[in-house]
Amino acid sequence: MWDWEAFFHYLHSLYLIKGAGISLALSIGAMIIGLACGLLAALMRMSRHKLIRQPASFYVWLFRGTPVLVQLIIIYTGLPQLGITLGVIPSALIGLGVNEGAYLAEIIRAGISAVPRGQFEAARAIGMTRTTTLRVVVMPQALRIIIPPLGNAFNGLMKTSSLASVISMDELLRRTELLIQVQFKVLEIFIVAALYYLLLTTLWGLVQHRLEAHFSRSVTASDRSRDKAPPLQLNEVALSHDAT
Amino acid sequence: MMPPDKGWPPDKGWMVEAHGIHKYFGHNHVLQGIDLKVSKGEVVVIVGPSGSGKSTFLRTINHLDAPDEGWVRIDGALLGYRSGNAGQVAVSDATLSEQRRQIGMVFQQFNLFSHMTALENVMSGPVRVLRTNRTQAGEAARGLLALVGLEDKAASYPDQLSGGQQQRVAIARALAMHPKVMLFDEPTSSLDPEMVHEVLQVMLDLSRQGMTMIIVTHEIQFANKAADRILFMDSGMIIEEGTPAELVNNPRNERTQKFLRLVTGGL
Repeated sequence: MWDWEAFFHYLHSLYLIKGAGISLALSIGAMIIGLACGLLAALMRMSRHKLIRQPASFYVWLFRGTPVLVQLIIIYTGLPQLGITLGVIPSALIGLGVNEGAYLAEIIRAGISAVPRGQFEAARAIGMTRTTTLRVVVMPQALRIIIPPLGNAFNGLMKTSSLASVISMDELLRRTELLIQVQFKVLEIFIVAALYYLLLTTLWGLVQHRLEAHFSRSVTASDRSRDKAPPLQLNEVALSHDAT
Repeated sequence: MMPPDKGWPPDKGWMVEAHGIHKYFGHNHVLQGIDLKVSKGEVVVIVGPSGSGKSTFLRTINHLDAPDEGWVRIDGALLGYRSGNAGQVAVSDATLSEQRRQIGMVFQQFNLFSHMTALENVMSGPVRVLRTNRTQAGEAARGLLALVGLEDKAASYPDQLSGGQQQRVAIARALAMHPKVMLFDEPTSSLDPEMVHEVLQVMLDLSRQGMTMIIVTHEIQFANKAADRILFMDSGMIIEEGTPAELVNNPRNERTQKFLRLVTGGL
């Protein structure tokens, strides 16, 4: 039997709302770690030197080729055996972040590769160093390409963060499960949790939309110039057709 | 012990001095020992069939493609290398970048930064490399845009400009760094015919103001008018050189003659 009263009760449960907040914070933290790892790996994989490229390729291969759940468990449960003991929160942040970085590396690399070589050369020719060229010329243009898939990656990460419940990270799913163990309203509480995830991803969708609009500034500039051409008048075509 | 400067003869006051330049792309020997000395204010035009290594040579002058052998000096200063105990030692990226400031380059494909307006493009060097403050750099950039006849296009993005306009902005962007030398890599080859003139006019003005220029182009008429010296390149070597009168009107080498007949439309 579905219990509406219980459903509405848990819908504004402060315990679960806080859990959603923790999930969001975990996702943001992991995303920041992921971006740092991803940018580093992307740049390394574009190096001329094999010794720099290979470790980055190995990282991407390893973390994309194994389940993130297994990675989380190894970091939290397995590493202490080697004397490396990490708390729940660092384990969750590192596990999710480093895994995400392997995916972001590919996205970032594709974005940088899409910037025409001439842009890089022009920057070098006016005396910009490699770093300045990357920061001032290449990355702003790469961002236009990177932002949409990056947004999708964060959307995915907010959902993947629920896996951290397995290593007893005190986030939304974990709190949901704990609550169910004492309250037995399984479906109602799970549906509430699902709604909170839905709320997070929906709000992020709005933010992502604005970010994309912001970073496609000069793309809209070209749209404007295209608008200058008078639109084809359908009735003109029809009229000239009649005349012949 | 060898004097550290053994490889480099004393500076004789050339603005550009390229010596024994070799370049390989894989097994392809694209530059086979090129020497060029350009004095201050001189305009040198390089012509030759495609694939002859003209553009590659131009790109070795500012080390966009570092030469595999040989060296380049700009106004007496060695580019990209310094004397070390074991001969030539490559300088750091920061030092090379600093040396490149004095060499302006204009590309066939314009290569304006597509996310910046015309004004921001021209300001980019002074602001990001020379650390000039934005107000000052902006004023100077407007002046340069006026110089190339585009003061009213300051706020336009590259994709709102015609090819000829983009190339003029690119020239202004290079000039903003107050270069000692300007390199032009087929600056009109991607332009529609009606836009070639506006770009060549800007280049002609520059040469009259005493800018040292090295230009790779197929515009023989322009070379005839603007060049102090024309070099003919083929198969990675300089085959013949001389004043426009000598080289265009009275070429001695058979390959030069054949090339000139082709580009001037004769048969």
